[in-house]
Amino acid sequence: MPKVSAAIVGSGNIGTDLLYKLQRSDLIEPRWMIGVDPDSEGLKRAKDLGLEASHEGVDWLLAQPEKPDLLFEATSAYVYRANAPRYKEAGIKAIDLTPAALGPYVVPAANMDANLEADDINLVTCGGQATIPIVHAITSVVTVKYAEIVASVSSKSAGPGTRDNIDEFTRTTSKGIEVVGGAERGKAIIILNPAEPPPLMRNTVFCSIPEDADRDAIAASITKRVDEVAQYVPGYRMRGAPQFDDPSDVMGGMARVAVFLEVEGAGDFFPPYAGNLDIMTAAAARVGDALAAVRLGA
Amino acid sequence: MAVPATVLKPYSDTLDLRVTDSSLRDGSHAKRHQFTLEHVVDIVTALDDAGVPVIEVTHGDGLGGSSFNYGFSHTPELDLIRAAVKTAKRAKIAFLMLPGLGTKDDIRAAQDAGGQICRIATHCTEADVSRQHFGLARELGLETVGFLMMSHSTTPEELARQGRIMVDAGCQCVYVVDSAGALIMEQTYDRVAALVAELGDEAQVGFHGHENLGMGIANSVYAARAGAQQIDGSTRRFGAGAGNTPVEGFVAVCSKLGVTTGIDVRKIIDAAEDVVRPVMDDECLLDRLSLTMGYAGVYSSFLKHADRLSKRYDVSGAELLIRAGERKLVGGQEDQLIDIALEIVAERG
Repeated sequence: MPKVSAAIVGSGNIGTDLLYKLQRSDLIEPRWMIGVDPDSEGLKRAKDLGLEASHEGVDWLLAQPEKPDLLFEATSAYVYRANAPRYKEAGIKAIDLTPAALGPYVVPAANMDANLEADDINLVTCGGQATIPIVHAITSVVTVKYAEIVASVSSKSAGPGTRDNIDEFTRTTSKGIEVVGGAERGKAIIILNPAEPPPLMRNTVFCSIPEDADRDAIAASITKRVDEVAQYVPGYRMRGAPQFDDPSDVMGGMARVAVFLEVEGAGDFFPPYAGNLDIMTAAAARVGDALAAVRLGA
Repeated sequence: MAVPATVLKPYSDTLDLRVTDSSLRDGSHAKRHQFTLEHVVDIVTALDDAGVPVIEVTHGDGLGGSSFNYGFSHTPELDLIRAAVKTAKRAKIAFLMLPGLGTKDDIRAAQDAGGQICRIATHCTEADVSRQHFGLARELGLETVGFLMMSHSTTPEELARQGRIMVDAGCQCVYVVDSAGALIMEQTYDRVAALVAELGDEAQVGFHGHENLGMGIANSVYAARAGAQQIDGSTRRFGAGAGNTPVEGFVAVCSKLGVTTGIDVRKIIDAAEDVVRPVMDDECLLDRLSLTMGYAGVYSSFLKHADRLSKRYDVSGAELLIRAGERKLVGGQEDQLIDIALEIVAERG
């Protein structure tokens, strides 16, 4: 069966983990791995797996006679903003794992099919990938005036990019909760926990709901959505059942549903506790497969 | 035997120590974030008149804390800050923010509301998430304070490294924050001393104590001996857990030790009884749950949440807190208390 060709730009941890996931794809053949550091562990692994690997950046990639059908960007928002126009000029479709947010926000289990035509696709944030499907599942049943998520990640899985610009996480995720999740107002909180051994990624979704909402219908929609996410993130699961609370003063007078989620990584390149990184690369691979299916006319 | 010097490094020519009262910020936890403008005006008036030099006003979990996870504020915190600024004749008004919850925009808004001192808190091993916020606060001309929360959970050496990160980013005073009220005298001394040694004259060191093991005043005295120049407390202990170091008690002890805080002992004793106590729903007590927090090293603001969840799910509040300690939860993970309650219910079958 033919496959579409793909390049990964950024040979760090995210790019390397993504490489292992793309290797399992029936529709995508990862052919190029691009970095900027000749000693990069990711480039070495890519070479060992038979990819063309270069530390000479996107200049090298764009100078090759053959261009990739798909490109996965795992650099930084700053680098991606510089690269994006060049990809567009070269007619390369990009899946952006950085927080640059140039293209539409896409969460596979919420709004993927409507956005496959875009030049580039942005994957929001790890917390967004973990929680927005649930917000979307709830807004599919009732009006949500306010949705709030709390993402807890292990300190070891939070890299310098996240740490240097933690506001970007809260801002981008909040916006994703509104634009993709469908809540009227979104809020995102991220907590880094240094416990040893490192805890798995945890996410809590709180949504306001009408007082007279059909709680069974909401719970059923959430459960179904968790299963849908688990199809491309196998370690994604709900802890306990959704919890419903009546309005009170500390809840701002709103009735509420709370959903508790855990993400165990697949252990491709990251250890299993880093579900926050795993869910980003898993979402990227899922979007990649969808784009490849369109291209192959499947 | 010579009496040890109580204050190693005086704060200024006129004050040996600068005290910050956190009743209107840490007390927000005990009040379940239901402060009104009247509460703020009453407390600020009394503390200001007693000579308290800094008064902190914010949602208990800092700017942006009004939420499902931490509890919604009765009155928007920016309105509370504005009221405090308008009321205070001498005191500076401080505000708290936690990166990951609040943002740089919140700092700008708090300054616009009149806040003068920006206090930025991170878990004690995660100081590097605060760099951009310290940078902005200094750019805006705000005085800065850094909070290393849950300081009992790491070593003095690591605290010194983390304090260095904050100071290099623009922090002017690094606090050892005993969020769980779990530190005991020499442990406080060693942590403050390590920061003083690391920071020298580049920045000050402070101490923020809780009463979950009844050590607030004693720890604060040890902190001053180790070189702390700023001390936090809450009048009438109005704060999370068993409450904070009582300002009126600490000021009385300082007076006995000949340490100048600029706070009038009689006036602050009256303020505690006549003004702050009537605002409190309950006295902050060293009871079963708060003592359990000090003993198990649990973040003090989990108290009211554990209390509420124990009733909602009919589980033991102490068991909830012990498991929070075992899971090594950090400040901000209030949502995980619900997860623990569900876990206990599931085990019960």
